Amino acid sequence: MTAEILRFALGYAQIALILALALACWRMLRGPRAQDRVLGLDTMYINAMLLFLVIGMVNGNVFFFEGALVIAVLGFVTTVCAAKFLMRGEVIE
Amino acid sequence: MTHLHQLPPWAALVVALFVVIGATLTLLGGVGLVRLKSFYQRLHAPTLGYSYGTLLIILASMLMFSLAEGRAVVHELMIGIFIMATTPITLLMLGRAALRRDRDRKLGHNEAVPPRRRTEPPPLDDIEAEAEAGTDPEAGAETGEPRP
Repeated sequence: MTAEILRFALGYAQIALILALALACWRMLRGPRAQDRVLGLDTMYINAMLLFLVIGMVNGNVFFFEGALVIAVLGFVTTVCAAKFLMRGEVIE
Repeated sequence: MTHLHQLPPWAALVVALFVVIGATLTLLGGVGLVRLKSFYQRLHAPTLGYSYGTLLIILASMLMFSLAEGRAVVHELMIGIFIMATTPITLLMLGRAALRRDRDRKLGHNEAVPPRRRTEPPPLDDIEAEAEAGTDPEAGAETGEPRP
């Protein structure tokens, strides 16, 4: 019984996170201005990190956690660089 | 699926509840990211996933692995602390960049998504012109604003 509850909840969470990823991807592809695309990309990073955590919970594998941590760090660096580029026109001054 | 059977029923219920609520809030953030009209409104929507989604899914993961392995597993807190520390920085920088670009274009805060029933896509030349204005280092000199 507990395994069925958990399997249903984790499957629902995977589907919901993939839908959120698709919506963020739509905003990234269609966004009318550049900052919308950057925001969609950052949201895609966070959603992929949450999806990795949920997949790790499904598989009972701790190593997906490290992938999620790497995705979080890369998302932070990417978004900060893109925001600096949008603001100043260059990344490193 | 042995690790799913090792949990007691109350823990399974709590983990399922946390995961479902966290994933639903993240999905709502994605819907808000698509549906809202202005960029400054859209900046608020995905923070549901950044804060509540991350917090709830990390709590569920910590609870599940702690009970499945019989020891305290707290390394998911690293992701939680990292996201909690970096999300305000990224979104603040993104908002300031958008504000500066809007000031350069003299648009104000009421920028809206173009309506969907337009046949020709107008934002292409907008985006190109704005990309030129944004990447041009002399763009601030034309509007008379000093660039720090």
